[in-house]
Amino acid sequence: MKIALTCTGKEMNDNLDLRFGRCSYFIIFDSEKGVSYTLENKGQSSGGGAGIAAAQQIIDEEVEVVISGSMGPNAYNLMMSSGIKVYASKELPCAQVLESFNKGELEEITQAGPSHMGMGSGK
Amino acid sequence: MELTVISGKGGTGKTSIAVAIAELERNTVKVDCDVDAPNFYLYYDGNDASCEDFSGGKKVVVDEELCISCGLCQDACQFSAIENGLVDFLNCEGCGACVLVCPTQAASLKEEKTADIFVTDTGKGILSRAEVEIGSEGSGKLITILRKAAKPYTDGKITVSDGSPGIGCPVISSITGTDAVLIVTEPTQSGMEDLGRVVTLCRQFKILIFVCINKVDINKQISTEIEEYCLEKNLLLAGRIPYDDTVLRSINELKPIIFYSESPANEAIRQMWKTIKKEIFKD
Amino acid sequence: MRALNIAILSGKGGTGKTTVATNLAEILQANYIDCDVEEPNGYIFLKPENIMNVAVEVECPDINMEKCILCGECTKTCQFNALFNTKKDILVFEKMCHSCKACSIVCKTKAITFKPRKVGVIEKGEKQGLICMRGVLDIGEAMAVPVIKKLLRHTPVGLNLLDCSPGTSCNAVSTLRHAQGALLVTEPSAFGLHDLRMAICLVRKFDLPFGVIINKWDEKNGEFLERYLDGEGIKILGYIPYKREAAEVYSRGEMVRTIPAYQQAFDRIASSCGEVFQWN
Ligand code: SF4
Ligand code: SF4
Ligand code: SF4
Ligand code: SF4
Repeated sequence: MKIALTCTGKEMNDNLDLRFGRCSYFIIFDSEKGVSYTLENKGQSSGGGAGIAAAQQIIDEEVEVVISGSMGPNAYNLMMSSGIKVYASKELPCAQVLESFNKGELEEITQAGPSHMGMGSGK
Repeated sequence: MELTVISGKGGTGKTSIAVAIAELERNTVKVDCDVDAPNFYLYYDGNDASCEDFSGGKKVVVDEELCISCGLCQDACQFSAIENGLVDFLNCEGCGACVLVCPTQAASLKEEKTADIFVTDTGKGILSRAEVEIGSEGSGKLITILRKAAKPYTDGKITVSDGSPGIGCPVISSITGTDAVLIVTEPTQSGMEDLGRVVTLCRQFKILIFVCINKVDINKQISTEIEEYCLEKNLLLAGRIPYDDTVLRSINELKPIIFYSESPANEAIRQMWKTIKKEIFKD
Repeated sequence: MRALNIAILSGKGGTGKTTVATNLAEILQANYIDCDVEEPNGYIFLKPENIMNVAVEVECPDINMEKCILCGECTKTCQFNALFNTKKDILVFEKMCHSCKACSIVCKTKAITFKPRKVGVIEKGEKQGLICMRGVLDIGEAMAVPVIKKLLRHTPVGLNLLDCSPGTSCNAVSTLRHAQGALLVTEPSAFGLHDLRMAICLVRKFDLPFGVIINKWDEKNGEFLERYLDGEGIKILGYIPYKREAAEVYSRGEMVRTIPAYQQAFDRIASSCGEVFQWN
């Protein structure tokens, strides 16, 4: 199973990034192989629709679980429709977050934040 | 701890209040997320500790040597922004349609600089701010980067952010991850509507909300309505700031309102900040 | 007689742009066009009647899933993240879409066609023989520019005052394209001057004749602003005083020119406008 964590840096001991669409990196942990790799979040650099771009990246990586702080409804709905589970955590080092996840201590997000898709300038 | 001061629309006195609060504490970190009217920094002198270019999007550029003036680009462009390889930059949306049809690869998309980001040492704490170019505006991306620029300085300090106006992407980027918001509203017909919209927004992000009515006495009836609304929605009304000519003077003299001892607005803001601190640091 | 469009601009929100535009429209017997489509407030004060509506529509992709082979080319091409490949189908995030049609250029199977989608409305009414128009962007919609473009495509004949979006964003730029002159509203503060400078840069880019109106005028503090404008060779068209009474009148949705001092101020501004823009 592949688990994606939104991260402020490239390493497992960097803190979890609380934003999904505009997080700096994704750390993808493959639990079968026991290895992880880091991806730069493409959503971060896009003017609008950051959550959508980030979600596309997650789906393209065939991830099954995402851990972040919160998630906008566009991204959340995309996760749901692709059968990806989303868990929420506090701003702690990713290694620690992953550990809590493995112990079953994290809460699954079952409801999205508000939609701001396309509000404001959309830019 | 980060407090973000927002208001549904411009001109409610949001910046004056943000500056006042920033000055009531020592060495606060300041972030000016109101990039379309960046007035926060006018109160401070200081040295720019760093300056970086910000690119908010792409625009098309045409390599004149490769362009054969075939005109295919203008047929593809939905915004009348290009004509035989000549680009009208203010109209170009950077969609790339022309790039796709250009037979000679003369047209390509390039990142366009839309703002400068500054981190300024004011001598009274760090201030991060942006200067946006004409025809561009604040975006969620720009606000995110502004807040990130201030982040290394925030440890153990109070951060006061002057939030973006409206309810769009920029304001969402200015409130995600903040500890509390202070919504500044005015007792006017549109003020009430705007308040409702920002409250809904902040609620959805589960952020601690404080409300403050500025110029509370210019329309008693609407002020009462706002108070009732706060009660009904279980919102903490942290301050009622009276109409005060000194505020205009304070803006003109670029001296935060808290330095005018005779000012009733000053008194009200100090009181409000006490209320907010008590609530935030209660445990 | 043709249309003469004068844009009313301000560097930022809350400087009294709408107050100036609505009061001047009545005094100059000009049509009023509210181009601040995200927050069109002018109607609160002018209260026009017999309003007719026309919808503003944009074109949005319609994907024929029978033809689509899920190649993902369109999602990669879209610069605005409006398309999403779930691997089962292609989703369109309509509000993100700029209607650029780049996606249909790259689709090899011709699966993408376009259908209209409403994003706002143009309202046209009248008040004592003057035309009042405004564009209203639907709530939750992002792109104001298509509404502004449609609103200004056919402006009424005669003198029109265009109430712009605040600031110097692309919305203000879209309005200025249709203007033959501009009135800049500012206030005598360092804030005001800072934002005014940006607005001046903008109108100079368009090479329009313009003048400045100083709102919330305060003789004691305004001298620096006059000095700046004088140095730049910019004409001051008039001064509007700052009175608590006006804030009260405004908060009730009434016209400030019901206060005599304001009527006088606007009369003076109206006559100096005539000198700058030379209408007849
Ligand atoms: S399509 Fe390319 S070659 Fe043709 S006019 Fe445009 S830029 Fe020039
Ligand atoms: S990038 Fe898009 S908007 Fe810009 S000129 Fe090309 S087709 Fe037109
Ligand atoms: S480019 Fe055409 S065929 Fe390919 S995914 Fe998009 S709509 Fe489907
Ligand atoms: S029309 Fe342009 S903005 Fe809309 S989906 Fe297609 S490529 Fe994206």
